Amino acid sequence: MSKKLKKLSGAPKRDYFSYLLVTAAFILITALNGGGLLSKQMQGLLVPVCCYIIMALSLNLTVGIMGELSLGHAGFMSLGAFSGVVVSQSLITAVPNDALRLVISIAVGAVVAAFAGFLIGLPVLRLRGDYLAIVTLAFGEIIMDVINCLIVGHDANGLHVIFNFRGDKTVADLDLAEGGVAIIKGAQGAVGTKTISTFTAGFIIILITLFIVLNFIRSRTGRAVIAIRDNRIAAESVGVDVMKYKMIAFVISTTLAGMAGALYGLNFSMISADKFNFNTSILVLVFVVLGGLGNMLGSIIAATVLYILPEALRGLQDYRMLIYAIVLILVMLATNNPKVRNLFLRIIPKRKSAEGGTAK
Amino acid sequence: MEFLSYLISGLNLGSVYAIIALGYTMVYGIAKMLNFAHGDVIMVGGFISYYALDAVFKKSGLPFWFSAIIAVVLAMIVCTVLGVLIEGLAYRPLRAAPSLAVLITAIGVSYFLQNSALLICGAQFKTYQSIISGTLNLFGGGLSIPYVSMLTVVVCIVIMVGLTLFTSKTKMGKAMRACSEDKGAAQLMGINVNKTISTTFAIGSALAAIAGVLLCSSFPILKPTTGSMPGIKAFTAAVFGGIGSIPGAFLGGLLLGIIESFAKAYISTQLANTIVFAVLIIVLLVRPAGLLGKYVPEKV
Repeated sequence: MSKKLKKLSGAPKRDYFSYLLVTAAFILITALNGGGLLSKQMQGLLVPVCCYIIMALSLNLTVGIMGELSLGHAGFMSLGAFSGVVVSQSLITAVPNDALRLVISIAVGAVVAAFAGFLIGLPVLRLRGDYLAIVTLAFGEIIMDVINCLIVGHDANGLHVIFNFRGDKTVADLDLAEGGVAIIKGAQGAVGTKTISTFTAGFIIILITLFIVLNFIRSRTGRAVIAIRDNRIAAESVGVDVMKYKMIAFVISTTLAGMAGALYGLNFSMISADKFNFNTSILVLVFVVLGGLGNMLGSIIAATVLYILPEALRGLQDYRMLIYAIVLILVMLATNNPKVRNLFLRIIPKRKSAEGGTAK
Repeated sequence: MEFLSYLISGLNLGSVYAIIALGYTMVYGIAKMLNFAHGDVIMVGGFISYYALDAVFKKSGLPFWFSAIIAVVLAMIVCTVLGVLIEGLAYRPLRAAPSLAVLITAIGVSYFLQNSALLICGAQFKTYQSIISGTLNLFGGGLSIPYVSMLTVVVCIVIMVGLTLFTSKTKMGKAMRACSEDKGAAQLMGINVNKTISTTFAIGSALAAIAGVLLCSSFPILKPTTGSMPGIKAFTAAVFGGIGSIPGAFLGGLLLGIIESFAKAYISTQLANTIVFAVLIIVLLVRPAGLLGKYVPEKV
């Protein structure tokens, strides 16, 4: 039975290839970095790229596999980032080991994002199509606003939290004891974070994410989710619990986004909630769509290339985002317009057969 | 009195949202796409009218009100051409493509407009000169209503009524409704679908230009990202009222503006957007197709 199923789901050779490619890229980059071949700017990009790869994989689960458009995914990343930062900064003395603290922080970030995903999923997943999209957008903005109002500090007595919704409170209102530190300062965001994220950690989480997502797709639950995506009514009529399976997929997706967020938050000494706005959600969505819906390897490659592209174009200064925009439009036209695509196929006739080769 | 003045500023903001939302909803109704570049067309309208007003008023010596009219008309013409160009170059080739591809293209167009504006006009924000200044003082100065608020509300109502008449009475309006119901069938009836969609974009963009002028007249800060947040809010307003419905967009826009104004005044400035979005979420849970939207059950 299991053998047959494996065959049915298109023998996961492509999966192994994904793991292999990520590992190879990691080894190559570590070697390059060890040899001092990476510029300071490139080194700074390593962890963010990992975070965005995880985000793209996570969003691909929602958009590509579940088939629902989410425009507020950065909100979950934000929750992961700020809860991760709070945990890490609070545990600095209790857990002096950076690696262990990073693991704890990421775990907490994941749990917080998962819980938020569950709460938000309850209303959101009942809606459909563009209505669902606009509500995820709304939740993304709400999360950003709420975090912008938070003032959090830690001292010997534990955590102090103020919800500064009238805008009249400052860090002084936290009444921190001697030796206490403010961790999140309202609209300024988290300031003075000790950066403990590493490229290795990013690589490991990418592998974990990839493992979770790829196995999810091929699991019984994953097949149910795909069935709902392809034809909700047919799936429902054969007894698939739509809400339950959508919820499972959505919570897994937000959990992964929380992990990415925690890793991201602990990579910068300063970070504000505005970083995780609508534009960030859109950025990740662009990675997912350009990489191919439901195609995890595509997401990884698109996230890497598209995140580095604007940075690599930095020499062109003000023109870089303009070029980025034009590239975006042209790629969408090239991949989706039959006339343009045929033109491309005529120029590169082998492309199709080559693709068929790897799929076999 | 305080309550009234918050209500008036809410109506002002709401009317701007409503004008933008009308453009959104028309384009959505016919092309079934979320045109994320709509907010940036507003910004373009703002910049064109800003420079035109500056140039015409200073150079020609015409009276201010006349220069303002020239500036608005010029902004409308430029935005209309821009809207039709965007539709023809970026969206029309993707008519048969999946909706996500069109969405990403719209985002690309949005980035393109924002960054072009950044290159041409610079990152430094401009202080927009309101096309109509002064306030009407009532109750011995207890309540002051800016003329621009009155103008905005009036323009919004005129546009709403005009659009309703246009879509129900004229041939082109009927063609639009036919296309939004079923493009294939409309084509069989001899309607030129591409032309109809282009016209819709033209109208939507002209509305965006008016919205840009009125938005900047009330909130006089003009920069390349000026249109983004009002664009998102207007989109929310369109969904709130029931996307695709013209009275819905009007109602949604006004309600959103008033809620935002009251939330800012009485609850919290920081959480004004949160409250607006929370109301949207609650409305959608009770009425999944918006306030005035039609709920279409799926047939098996």
